[in-house]
Amino acid sequence: MEGLGKPVTVTVRIPTALRAYAGHEARSAVQAASVGEALQALVAKHPALRTHLYEDSGQLRSFVNVYLGERDVRELQGPSTPVRAGDTLLIVPSVAGG
Amino acid sequence: MSPAWRAGDITAKLSNREIAHYSRHLILPEVGLKGQEKLKDARVLLVGTGGLGAPAAQYLAAAGVGTLGLVDFDVVDESNLHRQILFTKDDVGKSKAQTAAARLRAMNPHIDVQVHETRFEASNAHGILRDYDMILDGTDNFPTRYLANDVAVLQGKPNVYASIFRFEGQASVFDARRGPCYRCLYAKPPPPGLVPSCAEGGVLGVLPGIMGSIQAAEAIKLIVGRGEPLIGKLLLFDALEMEFTKLRLAKNPDCPLCGPRATIKELIDYEEFCGIRGEEEEVPEGIPAMDARALEARLARKDVLLVDVREPHEAEIARIPGGKLVPLHELAARAAELPQTEDIVLYCRSGVRSAKALQFLQTLGFKRVWNLDGGILAWSDEVDPSVPKY
Repeated sequence: MEGLGKPVTVTVRIPTALRAYAGHEARSAVQAASVGEALQALVAKHPALRTHLYEDSGQLRSFVNVYLGERDVRELQGPSTPVRAGDTLLIVPSVAGG
Repeated sequence: MSPAWRAGDITAKLSNREIAHYSRHLILPEVGLKGQEKLKDARVLLVGTGGLGAPAAQYLAAAGVGTLGLVDFDVVDESNLHRQILFTKDDVGKSKAQTAAARLRAMNPHIDVQVHETRFEASNAHGILRDYDMILDGTDNFPTRYLANDVAVLQGKPNVYASIFRFEGQASVFDARRGPCYRCLYAKPPPPGLVPSCAEGGVLGVLPGIMGSIQAAEAIKLIVGRGEPLIGKLLLFDALEMEFTKLRLAKNPDCPLCGPRATIKELIDYEEFCGIRGEEEEVPEGIPAMDARALEARLARKDVLLVDVREPHEAEIARIPGGKLVPLHELAARAAELPQTEDIVLYCRSGVRSAKALQFLQTLGFKRVWNLDGGILAWSDEVDPSVPKY
């Protein structure tokens, strides 16, 4: 995590599909310096989320996208993408309903 | 796509009756006579005529899309009526595609509605799509969504996408010639059981109406060639917050379907790709089970502990008397509340979640646990019909 600043407060928006595993929170404020740290902090707060966000290998699951601003973090620097105070991360899982 | 508009052939194509019907389109400069003729020339295949497909079909029919294809093998169910407003109470049990086609023809006699009363499958998808310019994906399951995407990419046609869950929707236009495809958005589907379906998770009735209407708007924009389609963008809608969010969606350079080193050149086995056989999730084999009548006898003898692993709001709809409510996602934290020295029967709506709960308790060393076969639905069928089915 070289080059990352101090942890700051960022908001993670949790979609309805995952709220049951996050204490029914729609938004969760966490302390983090990077996208990966923010998600880890979220999972530490709500352990039931882990299996929904991560593969056993620790990789973000391929049917879960995380956006910082309007960009998919995979297009940025992935989990090491730095975050700034006040940033909002958006979790967008795959849903199939119709 | 891009149906050819023939110069010098302007008024010949729309009859006076059609001009009267489409008058409010014709006076929009962005549509006009030219755009309306493009709509008449256009052929849109709607895969699924339910929550998303039905409202999309209604607007596309009203707008004068000349050929609409409806793919659906299903019949109208009573539980569809809170959102699929094309159908009425009298349609319950009838073919969705046939019923929808009759309504659409009545709405607009100037269009051609084709019915494909079949499942959309790898074996027939190419043949069905061949006669259309684009797909509108209104399906309700992952295998058919990947199939709709793949066949559209392989035939070089756009796929107007939307998907819903509870209070939230997603929409995009996948056109691999100009942007990303569905596989660029989500390379792989979730493993079965990790993401609940609308049948399990519920859906706000008006939500598919909103998202299906967005699909219709995008399809019309593609046809008339106006505006900015949702190519390379993902639109999210949250009905609770009443918020739209537009995100950027990039083409995945490693996409196995539309990337430069694509490895998928033909349709695959989508059920296998999604890790499922059949749409409904099933109870794994070897789970100790008890049927509803046996449970009734055991409850009368008061020698069994009944545990309801559903959510509290489901227990408000219907419950088996005497059960203890421990929602599945709380089970790990609350397992200590359950005695290992008594017989325990677990139940949910249909028996799938309670089977998962049972397997989890087995890993903790529980030996005296059974799964209510068929869940509370079976209880309503076999023991107490006054318990409503939901």
